[in-house]
Amino acid sequence: MENKKILYTVTIFSENHVGLLNQISNIFTRRGLNIETLSVSPSAIEGIHKFTVTTYANRDLIEKVVKQIDKRVDIIKSFFNTDEELVYQEIALYKVATDQFLALGSIEELIRKYNIRILEMTTNCVVLEKTGHYDETQGLFKELSEKLTILQFIRSGRIAINKSKIERLSDMLAKLKEENQQ
Amino acid sequence: MNMSDPIKGSYILMESLLKEGVDTIFGYPGGSIIPVFDALYDYMDRFNYLLMRHEQGAVHAAEGYARVSGKPGICIVTSGPGATNTITGIGDAMMDSTPIIVITGQVGAASLGTDAFQEIDMVGITQPITKWACQIRSADEIADAVAKAFYISTTGRPGPVVLDFTKNAQTELASFQYKQCTYYRGYIPAPHVNAEQIKEAAHLINQAQKPFAIIGQGVVLSNAEKELMQFLKKADIPAASTLLGLSAIPTDFKLNKGFVGMHGNIAPNMKTNECDVLIAIGMRFDDRVTGNPNTYAKQAKIIHIDIDPAEIDKNVRTTTKVLGDAKEALTALIQAIEPAHHDAWIQSFEAYEQKEQKTVIEKELYHEGEHITMSEIVRKVSDATQREAILVTDVGQNQMASARYFQYKHTRSIVTSGGLGTMGFGIPAAIGAKVGAPQRTVCLFVGDGGFQMTIEELGTIMQSKIGVKMILLNNNYLGMVRQWQELFFQKRYSSTQMINPDFNQIADAYHIANRKVSNRSEIDEAIQDMLKDDHAYLLVVEVEENGLIYPMIPAGETVTNILTPHS
Ligand SMILES: Cc1ncc(C[n+]2csc(CCOP(=O)(O)OP(=O)(O)O)c2C)c(N)n1
Ligand SMILES: [Mg+2]
Repeated sequence: MENKKILYTVTIFSENHVGLLNQISNIFTRRGLNIETLSVSPSAIEGIHKFTVTTYANRDLIEKVVKQIDKRVDIIKSFFNTDEELVYQEIALYKVATDQFLALGSIEELIRKYNIRILEMTTNCVVLEKTGHYDETQGLFKELSEKLTILQFIRSGRIAINKSKIERLSDMLAKLKEENQQ
Repeated sequence: MNMSDPIKGSYILMESLLKEGVDTIFGYPGGSIIPVFDALYDYMDRFNYLLMRHEQGAVHAAEGYARVSGKPGICIVTSGPGATNTITGIGDAMMDSTPIIVITGQVGAASLGTDAFQEIDMVGITQPITKWACQIRSADEIADAVAKAFYISTTGRPGPVVLDFTKNAQTELASFQYKQCTYYRGYIPAPHVNAEQIKEAAHLINQAQKPFAIIGQGVVLSNAEKELMQFLKKADIPAASTLLGLSAIPTDFKLNKGFVGMHGNIAPNMKTNECDVLIAIGMRFDDRVTGNPNTYAKQAKIIHIDIDPAEIDKNVRTTTKVLGDAKEALTALIQAIEPAHHDAWIQSFEAYEQKEQKTVIEKELYHEGEHITMSEIVRKVSDATQREAILVTDVGQNQMASARYFQYKHTRSIVTSGGLGTMGFGIPAAIGAKVGAPQRTVCLFVGDGGFQMTIEELGTIMQSKIGVKMILLNNNYLGMVRQWQELFFQKRYSSTQMINPDFNQIADAYHIANRKVSNRSEIDEAIQDMLKDDHAYLLVVEVEENGLIYPMIPAGETVTNILTPHS
């Protein structure tokens, strides 16, 4: 069990400096871990960035990798979770030809089934948006590609929110500061 | 200079270094760092500057300086090839937790990323092998970057920091205000020692019948030598050192059981797999210490005291961790443990000690064959310096012979490349050590291979008059590789025999006093000659070509699987 590889979500809060991604990806590379998805954006606190990385690993390895990430001085805090501990989401965009889309006939059904949003529609193309877990965005991809030609497809990295204990970053920072000044 | 007036970036660097108490700089100039050297010209009365002969030498010298003095070693080099030449030393310092600050030149900020002449992505290259790497792009960033560099490099688990200094930042003007750095959010230099963890550890130690401690460099880095000895005495715990932990406690301290690891002593290696509680203090269970981690100390409860949370459970699963500075942890533990006696347990080391004495040590030190052994030279130099000297080693058989046979009275008396095992470390590290501890005798043991890897630094020794005592253990082989070939590769000596130059003539060319010894009868006198004054000296000793370092735990084997000459 311990040795089984499962998907982990690693959350990393860092300084907003040049070269942070390099520092983080180096640590995955050293241990031969492939990054499945990656999403980076400013966090709720100005000057602090948040990385969400998913990777397949066993528990022992992910623990070690996260400790190594946490050890970098530019990293403020990092931790890992399994899917059960998270609410997580991805977003996908699909571009299809307008004439093919209209020819489907069952548009309302499709939109209801997948909770699709239509973001743009021109005489040339329609851009659909779907949010959900990987298998959900993949499900739509599959269904669409059976029925028409997908002109373009893009899926974001995962973003996630912790279900369990709510430790706010600002509290965490205050704690860090306190520990540091002891 | 009126401090409120804007000054050039290169001068801000000089002033910042002074604020941090820097007295010594190792360096090598070049195009994109010339403005810094131009400023240095005005500070020659305040810094002891050594012009090295290669940037690798500059970094290793900075390491040697840091290791003996406890202060960060500083080196300044140019961009591009100057910067890349420092990589080995930076990696070495990362592996061995040595505080150094490497200041590299960089092309002007406007040319970054254009493949400008001698541009190299130094920050990108060194991020994985530094504690911190930072590019300074304008003069107003310098003071803060330097302050942060010193803070990060020297606090907590020390390590190398790179400051990549664009040329425009060196020449631009900015006003100089210096504020030492004492805080960086997200960086906890040393976790505060946790009372619960101390309680748990003390409980295990109090229960122990057969406790055994392994001392790492962490003890030295946190200046915890006294506390360590108090701790060991109070609970009567025998202890041995890792390579980098050697000299933390004196050789003749009665609970000192020597040296663990691949070429360590038999008793502490055997006892690792017999003890009931293993207390690891400021060490990281390197594979050269553990052999096969799956069979390492399986019977024991393991207490791991370390400042770096990432080391806990990295290689060996611990029963109890004590996170924090070794000095703080030991101080708390001394209070928490009961006095104890473990006479029978400690006595049980003796059988193994005698075995090693008979099968290995006597043969090495009182060798009957005509050839000189590395071991006897090392011990004789150690004796002749009354155990007062600093040992610097290169890498290979010379390193293991000196680690085994050199003896110590004082801490910070061994400078060796442990984690990276860098051949060529020796000569420049010895230079740095001598500069960092000018009152002490510095003895370098180096092989014929390693000597030729940084032989150019003889020029530094000549020019800067560095009184290092170099003992070249010449076996005309890449001896350690030859040893593996003899033992594990059917004596197929591929690429290990060397035709060497006349090393004495080379020393002559550098005006370094020297002598060559090929017979046992000449050794004592030659050593006396070498030690008679404080000048540099090269003692070339023609040692046995086929010598083997024993005992040996073959790589990846169980620590009790120890080869000796008759096994
Ligand atoms: C830079 C570097 N290259 C290669 C090695 C591999 N290596 C380890 S020991 C050794 C032989 C060292 O020969 P020498 O310096 O003559 O020392 P001896 O073992 O003979 O005492 C070699 C090649 C190394 N450790 N470092
Ligand atoms: Mg040799």
